[in-house]
Amino acid sequence: MSSVAQKKGFGATLWDWLTTVDHKKIGILYFLGGGFFFVVGGIEAMLIRWQLHKPNNDFVSAGLFNDLITMHGTTMIFLAAMPILFGFMNAIVPLQIGARDVAFPFINSLGFWMFFFGGLFLNISWIYGEVPDAGWTSYASLSLASPGHGIDFYAIGLQIAGGGTLMAGINFLVTIINMRAPGMTYMRMPLFTWTTFVASAMILFAFPPLTVGLFFLTFDRMFGGNFFHHAMGGNTIIWEHIFWIFGHPEVYILILPAFGIFSEIFSTFSRKRLFGYPSMVFATVLIGFLGFMVWAHHMFTVGLGPTANAIFAVATMAIAVPTGVKIFNWLLTMWGGSIKVTTPMLYALGFIPSFVMGGVTGVMQGAAPLDYQLHDSYFIVAHFHYVIVGGVVLAILAATHYWWPKMFGTMLHEGLGKVTFVFFFIGFHMTFLIQHWLGFWGMPRRVWTFMDGQGWNMANFISTIGAILMAVGVIVLVINIIITSVKNVRVSNDPWGDGRTLEWAIESPPVFYNFPTTPLVRGLDTVWIEKMEGNEAGYTAAEPVKDIHMPNGSIIPLFMSLGLFVAGFGAMFRTETSWGLPVLIIGLAFTFVCMSARSLIDDTGYYIKKDELLRDMKRKGGQA
Amino acid sequence: MAEIEVYKRTPAEQAMLKKRAKQSMKGQIMMFSLMIFLTLISFSMVVAFESGVAGFSKYFIVPMLMLFAAVQVGLQLYYFMHMSEKGHGIPQMFMFTGALFGFLIPLTFATIVWW
Repeated sequence: MSSVAQKKGFGATLWDWLTTVDHKKIGILYFLGGGFFFVVGGIEAMLIRWQLHKPNNDFVSAGLFNDLITMHGTTMIFLAAMPILFGFMNAIVPLQIGARDVAFPFINSLGFWMFFFGGLFLNISWIYGEVPDAGWTSYASLSLASPGHGIDFYAIGLQIAGGGTLMAGINFLVTIINMRAPGMTYMRMPLFTWTTFVASAMILFAFPPLTVGLFFLTFDRMFGGNFFHHAMGGNTIIWEHIFWIFGHPEVYILILPAFGIFSEIFSTFSRKRLFGYPSMVFATVLIGFLGFMVWAHHMFTVGLGPTANAIFAVATMAIAVPTGVKIFNWLLTMWGGSIKVTTPMLYALGFIPSFVMGGVTGVMQGAAPLDYQLHDSYFIVAHFHYVIVGGVVLAILAATHYWWPKMFGTMLHEGLGKVTFVFFFIGFHMTFLIQHWLGFWGMPRRVWTFMDGQGWNMANFISTIGAILMAVGVIVLVINIIITSVKNVRVSNDPWGDGRTLEWAIESPPVFYNFPTTPLVRGLDTVWIEKMEGNEAGYTAAEPVKDIHMPNGSIIPLFMSLGLFVAGFGAMFRTETSWGLPVLIIGLAFTFVCMSARSLIDDTGYYIKKDELLRDMKRKGGQA
Repeated sequence: MAEIEVYKRTPAEQAMLKKRAKQSMKGQIMMFSLMIFLTLISFSMVVAFESGVAGFSKYFIVPMLMLFAAVQVGLQLYYFMHMSEKGHGIPQMFMFTGALFGFLIPLTFATIVWW
C-alpha cells in the first residue's frame, strides 16, 4: 500500500473501512456508530417527552412507553455515550502519547464490530415488535416476568456489545502502559490520556460482573435457570447487586473521559498549564477506586439494614471530595489565564455549574434517609440527567468541536457551534431543572401518564419545550457538520493555535502512520514547550527516520462479531422453533472458525520503507 | 526489517549477572524450604485437631490456615513469579486492586445478602 493519496472506487473504500485496523478510522467508525444510536435514543426521548407534555395523554400506550424508557436509557448509555467516548479515545489517545497505533489493532477493530452488532441486535427488537421493557436496570423481578422476547434482546445484545467494550478497555490499558513515546512518563501524560487510562481500568473491573449478570439472566429466561427465581431458591436481589456493582462504576467510566476532555479544553483556551496537575491525576484515580465502593446507594430502599445504608452513604459522600478538587482546579486553571471563548470553551464553562448541580443532588441522595423520600421520583430523573447530560453529553459536544479538525481535517463553523450550544444548554436546563420540583411534588418516575389537577401540568409542559430546544441544538450541529464537510476547507496542524498536547504537532488528519519519527517528550504539554522554544516542526524526534512496521487490515473481526450476532438469534428462538438450535451452533462455530483462522494464519504486517517516509516528509515540506 | 544486533557482555557485567543469578537461586531455595515447612505445619495442625490435642480448636486453626495460605500466595508471587523484580509496579497495582474488590464485594454479600 502506498502512502500517496489515491482515488479509490466506492467498493474499495467500503472494503477499506470494513477491514480497517487504523485507530483513527476505528475512532471515526465509533463516532458514527455512536452518533447514529445517539439520534435513535434522542428520538425515543422526544417521544417520551411528547407523551408527558399534558395530563392523560394517549400519544403512546403504557406498554410502548415502557419500551421507550428502557431503550432510551440502554441506548444512550451503552450505544451512544460509551462508543462516542471510545471514538475520541481511539482518535486522540495514541496521538497524545506519541504512538503509531493502539497495542492491539485487530482487537480494536473486533471491539468496534462487537459493539455495532450488539447495538444492532438490541434495536432489531423494534422491528421484531417485542422490545425490552424492564427499564435500563432490568431488575430481575420485572425482567423475568416480562413476556415475549424483549428482555432476551436486552440480555444478548448487551452481552455482545459489552464484550466489545471490555476488549476496548483492555486495549487502551495496554496501549497507555506500553506504547508511550520516550520521555512520556506517567506524570507527563495529558489528562485525557489519564482519564482514559483510569476509565479503562474501571471497565476491566466493572464489565465482568455485567457479563456474569447477563449470563445469569440469559440462563434464567432462555435455558431454565433459577438464579433470580425466589420460588426456586434463587434471589432476585442478587441481580440488583450485580447490576450496580457494574452500573455505578459505569457512570464513572462515562464521566472520567468527560473530565479529561474538559481538562484539555480549559488549559488550551485559558492558554495556561492545567492548575494542580498532580492533584487532578490523584483525584481521577481516587474517583476510580471509590466508584467501586458505593454501588449499594442505588439500593437504599431495598432494605439492606441501617448499618449497610450508613456505610454506603458515607462512602458515597466521600466521592464529592476528589470531584470538588477537580472543579476547583478547573476554576483555578482559568484564573489569570488569557481566556478565549471558543465553542469548546463555551461548553466547558457551561459544564461547571451544570455538573456541580448534578453532583450536589447526588450527595443529597447519598444521605440514605432523604433518599427514602427522593427514591423513584422525578428528582432522581433530574439528578442523573444533570450528571450525564450536563457532564458527559456536554463533553461529547465540546470534544466534537474541539477535535473535529484533528479527526476530519476541517473546522466546524464557530458561529453555528455557539448556536448549538445556546439551544442545547438552555433546553437542557429547561428540561431537567423543573424535574427536581416535579420530584418534590410527588411525581413518580417511569409513569406513562399522569392525571390532571395535581399541579404537574405546567412543569411537564416546560420540560417538553426544553427537550424540543435540545433537539433543535442537535439539528443545528448536524447542519453544521454537513456544511463543513461540503465546503471541505482543509486546516493546518494546530487550527486552534493554542494546542498543547502531541496531537497538535502533526497534520489534521494525521497520516496513517501518525508520526514519521517517534517524538521525544520533554515535559507536560509537549507541543507547548516546543512552540515556546521556537521549534516549528512541532516536536523533537527521538530517533532517525527508519522503516515503520504496520499491521494489515482484516475482515475477520467483522465476521467474528457477525457469528455472535447470528448465534444470538439462535439462542433466543432455541426452544420455540426448529431452526433455533442449529443457528445457535452454526453462529458460534463460525466465530470459532474465524478465531482459528486468525490464530493459524500468520499475518506479520508490512513495512513502510524509509524512502517512502522521506518522500512524504519532503512533499509536505514543499507544500508548507 | 529489524536489524539483528549482537551484544557482547563485558566480563564485569557477566560477573554481576552471575552473582545476581546465584543470589536469586539462594533466595528461591530458602523460600521453597520455608513454604514446605509452612505446609507441614498446616497439615500437623489439622492432624492435631483431628486427634483432639488440647488447644487446637477449630477457631484457632481455621484463621491460622488462612494466614498461612495468604503468606504462601505472597511468597509464590514474589519469589517464584518474580513480582519483586523491577517493572512490575502496574501488574501489582492491578492485582491488588482486583484482590481488594474480590474480597470486599463477597464480604458485603456475605453480610447484607446472605446474612
